[in-house]
Amino acid sequence: MNVLISLVVVACLLIVGMFGATIAPQWIFAVALPYAAVAVFAIGLAVRIMKWAGVPVPFRIPTTCGQQRSLPWIRQQKLENPSNKLQVLGRMALEILFFRSLARNTRTELRKERGLVYGTDLFLWIGALAMHWALAVVLIRHLRLFTDPVPAFVTFTEKADGFLEIGLPPVNITTVVLLCALLYLLYRRLANARVRYISLPEDYFALFLLLGIAGSGAWMRHISHTDVAGVKELALSLVHFSPMVPTGISPLFFGHLFLVCVLLMYFPLGKLVHGPGVFLSPTRNMANNNRAVRHVNPWDYPVKVHTYEEYEDEFREKMIAAGLPVDKE
Amino acid sequence: MSRFDEPDYYKKEELVQIQPKPPRTPWMETPVDFRPGTYIYPGKAKNLKVLDLPNPRDWAVTDVDWQLPEGWQKTILEGMADRLKRFRSFKLFMDICVRCGACADKCHFFIGSGDPKNMPVLRAELLRSVYRKDFTALGKVFGKLAGGRELTVDVLKEWFYYFYQCTECRRCSVFCPYGIDTAEITMMGRELLGLLGLYVNWVIEPVANCFRTGNHLGITPHGLADTLEFMTEDIEEATGIKIDVPINKKGAEILFFTPSGDYVAAPGIYTCMSYMLLFNELGVDYTWSTYASDGGNFGLFTSHEAMKRLNAKVYAEAKRLGVKWIMGGECGHMWRVVNQYMDTMNGPADFLEVPKSPVTGTVFENARSTKAVHIMEFMSDVIRHGKLKLDPSRNDHIRVTFHDSCNPARAMGILEEPRYVIRHACNHFYEMPENTIREQTFCCGGGAGLGTDENMEMRLRGGMPRGNAVRYVQERYGVNQLAAMCAIDRATLPTVCDYWAPGVQVTGISELVANATVFKGEKRRTHNLRLEPIPGMGAEDEESEADLVGAGAPGEGQGGMGHE
Repeated sequence: MNVLISLVVVACLLIVGMFGATIAPQWIFAVALPYAAVAVFAIGLAVRIMKWAGVPVPFRIPTTCGQQRSLPWIRQQKLENPSNKLQVLGRMALEILFFRSLARNTRTELRKERGLVYGTDLFLWIGALAMHWALAVVLIRHLRLFTDPVPAFVTFTEKADGFLEIGLPPVNITTVVLLCALLYLLYRRLANARVRYISLPEDYFALFLLLGIAGSGAWMRHISHTDVAGVKELALSLVHFSPMVPTGISPLFFGHLFLVCVLLMYFPLGKLVHGPGVFLSPTRNMANNNRAVRHVNPWDYPVKVHTYEEYEDEFREKMIAAGLPVDKE
Repeated sequence: MSRFDEPDYYKKEELVQIQPKPPRTPWMETPVDFRPGTYIYPGKAKNLKVLDLPNPRDWAVTDVDWQLPEGWQKTILEGMADRLKRFRSFKLFMDICVRCGACADKCHFFIGSGDPKNMPVLRAELLRSVYRKDFTALGKVFGKLAGGRELTVDVLKEWFYYFYQCTECRRCSVFCPYGIDTAEITMMGRELLGLLGLYVNWVIEPVANCFRTGNHLGITPHGLADTLEFMTEDIEEATGIKIDVPINKKGAEILFFTPSGDYVAAPGIYTCMSYMLLFNELGVDYTWSTYASDGGNFGLFTSHEAMKRLNAKVYAEAKRLGVKWIMGGECGHMWRVVNQYMDTMNGPADFLEVPKSPVTGTVFENARSTKAVHIMEFMSDVIRHGKLKLDPSRNDHIRVTFHDSCNPARAMGILEEPRYVIRHACNHFYEMPENTIREQTFCCGGGAGLGTDENMEMRLRGGMPRGNAVRYVQERYGVNQLAAMCAIDRATLPTVCDYWAPGVQVTGISELVANATVFKGEKRRTHNLRLEPIPGMGAEDEESEADLVGAGAPGEGQGGMGHE
């Protein structure tokens, strides 16, 4: 049910984008919406991050995943259990660039004869890593449309990506990887009963949306070509704030663009904020050096305690009888 | 006939019949089933009153009416709003989960029960669904479609059930790509429940005791003096050494504190005896405190405020006694508090000195602010400097494995120190499989205040992954002892081992060290600290050998442990 709702919603969005542009004035879909989407994305994300950042971190609570720094002759695992900022930076880099924690993933199975067995399970890690990295490369490639002259690193990325030189224009590896990874993540969500059980409509929606964007993009490149020059003209005009909509751009492009706009606007509202969020995660971005450097809680307040005097008042006679020293005889 | 609070009541074959498929009904529509053996009795009114906590009353979990205060929904939602403003962890962890499910089969309760709400992700979703409904834009607009849920009595009951089925062990947080820590979620969930006076007695009674008497068990000062005195008699019987017990001694160099579980029940008492023996041998000038007589802190399992209220005693007492620094014994959650909260909550400890070992002169730089050193840091340094005469062959009848306790492993990272000490005290040390030790260690199933007998089914289920790993090294290497530096482990793992790996005993590390130490002026050591004969030390000549015949692994002890 959740799956169907999400699929239908994304399909409708695609159709709205494709044909909306032909029915309604083009500037709505080609100009106003992209501007609005970028604004919502940027402001929304900034607000979201500022909201997080505005909440204090009262205690230093890193999850330690290796040997602490203690005695000089014991080797500290600096990236798993950092004790200073530099090491934290290293840990965060591993986490953000390579999804370190996900790479630990295991599968637990209860077997009749052997009891519990644990196997390494890297499919999710590979799928997630492939999806995110491919998406990053695809985004870099798209810079070609927004720049003139095109920067060297964009051209280089594109060349490298298409080095197989299959087809014309050449098939980019990341296109294939992105689509496969998204399909795998969707398959996993559906096929794994446990993951299906915890999934919300939003989880499918995000996947379908990305699939719709990647699929329509690939379609335009390889199957029904759109007027790339026209698209670039439009993109550049938007960047230079002198919007101009050339004619002859296919409806599919507007479908693609519309989905991208939806993604941009949805991004700061939903679960996709996990990207920026991970930077702020207190169990990962803090050093385990609490005993060496004091951490201050900004909202610390006094609490009611049971003082030694109250304690001794209650037990004084018995303490004296037991030969224990007391403060007040 | 055994009852639901006894392990015998549960048949192993039935317990391992775990339903791998989630139920047909969606989780939001599956109400909680309070089955005896899987939940903990509520906090008694008298304990709530000691602590000035809201809504004290006597009630039962199975009551339909939980006697909630007027306007309780508002209380909870305001409590949530307040905590979302004070804890970035809470706010962030409500927002960034993508439900990838990497955490699911990392939880010992999920592995052992198959209950989908024991997947860390769903445990958090119990709170998150309410959060989404009332605190997010999508949830306000789309409601259930965006995963939002109304806060009802049923939701509250679910919270109570599942936030007391989490031991705050943080294993899931090791695997989460965003570091979402279910311990944080559970702590918030329990704080919120507490606003309505919903506590479990196994947690809140120790907190009330500790507040008044300084320790969770409610041992009075003179009672504690008697207990420790009594231990010295056993020490003398085993080693021939007579030791003094310094209590509340002003001007001592070190304040020593340890969980109170080690004062009263086997096998913890042997660890406690070992501390005293070893300090005596090394000439450490230390003192016990009766006022701060518990290193453990069940406040951690109650609320941040309760944690601070109990923990305040440690620095206050260190100041009153005029010690130079603090040393803490073998305990798990105590070290979470000491390592991650104590200095922030009740510091700065600027009246103390940077800890320096009186035995070796080593300065503990890593504790220069908190001024609290772990006994395994201290002991490994002592052994490294050759300051203890150790004869590990005295432990040759022991084949030991080491259980990393959750908090020392994942909230501190003290992994090598205990291993170094064990290797010097024992010749036969075997690690459990790598997915079950160090940062991936499994909980005993009874941490965070869940280690009570009425919760027996969940303890056995939660203890299954640990028990299974113990069984593995038992069959493979003949392991017969499990060392753990945590008092809750020493209290709950005997039950888990007896059930899942019968024949394996539980010990503290200090006990292994004390049994291996050649003390100055000791008598011929024929018996260990448990007053069991040590094989090969001549005790067999005097004792009946018959007891040892037929035991599987070498030296499988018949001693009186595992029961209290």
